[in-house]
Amino acid sequence: MTQKTAKTNTKSLIEVNQLDSAYGDRQVLNDINLSVNEGEILVIMGGSGSGKSTLLKNMLGLMPPSAGEILFDGLNICDANRSQLSKLRRSMGVAFQGGALLSSMSVGDNIKLPLRQHTDLDENTISIMSRLKLELMNLADYEDLMPSELSGGMLKRAGLARAVIMDPKILFFDEPSAGLDPVTSVELDQLILQLRTAMNMTIIVVTHELESAFTIADRIAVLFDGELVITGTVDEIKACTDSRVINLINRTPRDIQLDADQYLSRLTKGAE
Amino acid sequence: MFTQIEKLGSSFIGRIEELGRFGLFLYSVILGVFSRPFGFRELVKQIAFIGARSMPIILLSGLFTGMVLAIQFYAALVDFGAVDRMGGAVAQSIIQELGPVMTALMVIARVGSATCAEIAIMRSEQQFDALTCMAISPYRYVMAPRLLAAIVSIPLLTAIYNLVGIFGGYVVGVFLKDLSGTAFMQTVIDTISWSDLRMSVVKSFLFAILIIWIAMGKGFFVHLEKGVSGAEAVGRVTTKAVVASAISMLFVDYIASSFLI
Repeated sequence: MTQKTAKTNTKSLIEVNQLDSAYGDRQVLNDINLSVNEGEILVIMGGSGSGKSTLLKNMLGLMPPSAGEILFDGLNICDANRSQLSKLRRSMGVAFQGGALLSSMSVGDNIKLPLRQHTDLDENTISIMSRLKLELMNLADYEDLMPSELSGGMLKRAGLARAVIMDPKILFFDEPSAGLDPVTSVELDQLILQLRTAMNMTIIVVTHELESAFTIADRIAVLFDGELVITGTVDEIKACTDSRVINLINRTPRDIQLDADQYLSRLTKGAE
Repeated sequence: MFTQIEKLGSSFIGRIEELGRFGLFLYSVILGVFSRPFGFRELVKQIAFIGARSMPIILLSGLFTGMVLAIQFYAALVDFGAVDRMGGAVAQSIIQELGPVMTALMVIARVGSATCAEIAIMRSEQQFDALTCMAISPYRYVMAPRLLAAIVSIPLLTAIYNLVGIFGGYVVGVFLKDLSGTAFMQTVIDTISWSDLRMSVVKSFLFAILIIWIAMGKGFFVHLEKGVSGAEAVGRVTTKAVVASAISMLFVDYIASSFLI
C-alpha cells in the first residue's frame, strides 16, 4: 500500500482570494480564500449543495466567479486571455466524475487525444505513452474498448489516465470515490497517492467521502453552504470544534429548525 | 394582465438572447474552421455520416418523388396534349425546389436529430468541459468538422437527389406511359438552364449551414433548457432542433426563391 508522504513545498501554486460565485440571483460561494501549495494533495470536502463543484468549475475557468480572483502561479485566470488559458490548461489535468471520455472514440484514442492535439510526437511514441498510463491505471487490456463498454470505476481510471497523459503539474479530480464499491474506491485513493509520489503533482480532489479524504489529503478545506469553514491538516479537521465540521465528520443529518408557524406556512404555501 | 405582459416580455427577451447566443456560436464555429490543428479525421467521419450513410434514403425518396411528380404532370399535361413537355416540367420542379427541400428534410430527420442528440449528450456528460480543460476547443474539434462536412455533403446529396428524381420521372414517362425516352431527355436539356442549377446549389448550401447550425447549437446549449435536465432535456432540444430546422429551412427557401427566380 502506498503511504501518504507529504513532501510539499510551502510555495503556493494556486491562490483563491475573496471569491464569490452565483447562479443568477442564487449566491453559491461567499468570500472563499484558499491556497494550494506545490506538491500537496488538497481535498475540498463538503456535503451536497455546499458549493464544492462550483468552486472546482471556477478554478478550472469553466465558470467565471462573480467576484474575487484565482491565481495560478501568479496568473489570474479570471482576467486571462484565451492563449494564456490554453497554455495554463496544458499544464493541468482534470479527471471528471464520470470520466467524461468522448463516447465516439475508443479508450485508447481518448487517452491519446491530448498528445495528438498538442504535440508533434509520432504515433508509435504516442501509443507507448498511452499504454504506460493505461498500465498505471490497470487498464492495459481495455485500450480498444469503447467507453460505453467500461464500468464506472474503469471510466474514472480511464479519465484519470487521460488527465495525466501530458504529465501535468496540477491534477484536479472530481469525486474519485462517488458511486464506487469500497475496494475500487481504495484502489483509486492509492492511485492518487502513487501519482503524487511518482510525478510530484499538486493534486486537488473534490469529494464528499470522508474516508477517502482522510486517506489521501495533506490538507482538507471544508465547505458548508458556500462558506469555507476551515482549511487544515487531517488532525486539525478532526480536532475542529465547529459544529458544522463535527456534524460532517460524524455524519449527523442536518436538522432544519422551524417553528410551528414557519412549518405551517410551508405546508400551506400556495393554498387558498 | 401584468403577469401576461411580463411573460410575453420575458419570452421575447429570451428569444433575442437565444438569437445572440446562436450568432456567437456560429461565429466561434467559423473561427474553428480556420484554427489549427484541424480535425481531418473527424471531417472524414462526418462526411461519411452526413453524406455516404444518407445515400439510401436520398436515393429512395428521390426516386419516388420523381415518379409521383411524373404521374401528376402526366395527368395534368395530357388534357392539353402537352405530355411531351413532361421531362422538362419534372426536372425543373425537382432541381429548383423539391431536390433541395426534400434533401434538406431527409437530412434534418436523419442527421439533424442525431447530431443534436449526440451533442446534447456530450454536454450532459461533461465532454465539452473535458475538451476545454485539455485546451482543445470544442468549436474547432467537434463543431467545425461537422459544419464543413454538411457544406460538402448536402449540396452533393441534393445533386444526387435531382438526378435520381429525374430518373424516376423518366421511368414513369417512358416505361409506364409509353413516352419517347429521347424526347423526354431532350425536353429536360431544353428546359433546364444554368440559373436553375445555381438555385439548387445556392439553396442546398444555405440549407446545409442552417440545418447543422441549429442542430449543433440546440444540443450545445441543452443545459440552458428551463425546467428539464438529463434525458428529457436531450429529447426536448432534439425535437426543437428538428422543428426549428424545418421551419427555418422553408423560410430561407422562400427568401432564396424570391431572389433567385
